[in-house]
Amino acid sequence: MENQSLDPRVNRLQLNPSGEAVTVQDGENWNVFEVFHQEKRGAHHEHVGCVHAPNAQMALIFAKEQFGRRKKCVNIWVVRSADILAFSAEDEDMFANNLEKTYRDASGFKVMEKINKYRKSTRHDEE
Amino acid sequence: MTKNNALIYMLTAMADDALILGHRNSEWTGLGPVMEEDIAFSSMAQDKIGHAWALYRIQQEDLGGGDPDQFAFLRNEKDYRCCHLVEQPNGEYDFSLMRHFLFDHAEAIRYEQLQQSSFAPLQPLARKLKGEIKYHTLHANAWITQLCRAGEESYARMQSALNACFPLALGLFEPGGEAEDLLVAEKVYPGEKALQQLWMDRIYAILSAAALNLPGEHAVQPAYGGRKGCHTVHLQPLLEEMGNVFRTDPAATW
Repeated sequence: MENQSLDPRVNRLQLNPSGEAVTVQDGENWNVFEVFHQEKRGAHHEHVGCVHAPNAQMALIFAKEQFGRRKKCVNIWVVRSADILAFSAEDEDMFANNLEKTYRDASGFKVMEKINKYRKSTRHDEE
Repeated sequence: MTKNNALIYMLTAMADDALILGHRNSEWTGLGPVMEEDIAFSSMAQDKIGHAWALYRIQQEDLGGGDPDQFAFLRNEKDYRCCHLVEQPNGEYDFSLMRHFLFDHAEAIRYEQLQQSSFAPLQPLARKLKGEIKYHTLHANAWITQLCRAGEESYARMQSALNACFPLALGLFEPGGEAEDLLVAEKVYPGEKALQQLWMDRIYAILSAAALNLPGEHAVQPAYGGRKGCHTVHLQPLLEEMGNVFRTDPAATW
């Protein structure tokens, strides 16, 4: 069965019409790269999206125009998505009880309240 | 020939090259090989139109030239000073990429030299465009290198694109006669021959790393004539399309 797509890339894929497995040649498949941009020197790199590219160098070239051409940006990282190790979605339960463990939360130390109270009292004295 | 006229000659040639190639490259918008490249190539085409605008603007502000929009869109074909390289239809992506590679390295070299120009308005412009052109050449180098290592057919197409583009690209350095002599004497820039030599050295390093054979400078016939207003058949239809909207109401405010 001839593929009727108007997109020339579909025909370039050389899909096997009989439905048998296709051998993929080296370099034929592009990778997805995650892109991280840095807004100013010393700031964290933040994830902004991804690009499709044959290698890391081309990914960086593409990412620059994709994510660095409008807003302020001083540097970009690209990382092959396949190189990122992550938990699977079904392991989400490992994080389930976090919200109950507020004693681990540094915001539990209410020191600001005391400081503000002290400031208020000294300001009164000056007046 | 006055220095003013010589400067107008040089700036018009530079600006027309950037305008026409910017227009040509923008014809790829929506048709690029992959979305990422489509965006990058379109964005660089816009940069080129920006370079042209900046150069027309210098003519207006410092050399008594006219309004940049009118100058860009309403001249007759023979009053354009662009070289034949930029007029060529896009062809396939190999040709467009090779043209982009050869042109942007020439532009990079020219602006590097203009940072020390005795014509003051060119210095800040050359510094401002440095980073932008650096990305353009980085993009071009990456593609050339990548495609020359992507198998026999790809390599053969890049070599034939180079063979086709090279004589045309030599037209970027068409001798400028009296105007050029005056600009060199006035230390506005080092002259076409010197720029061509720097360019040859620069592109040779990248092309040889990609295993492409650069044709000999003297083995080919450089495509001269554009700087004198003699153009290929491809320019007139481009001008008609490019100025189509502008000519419907040249006095409109955009």
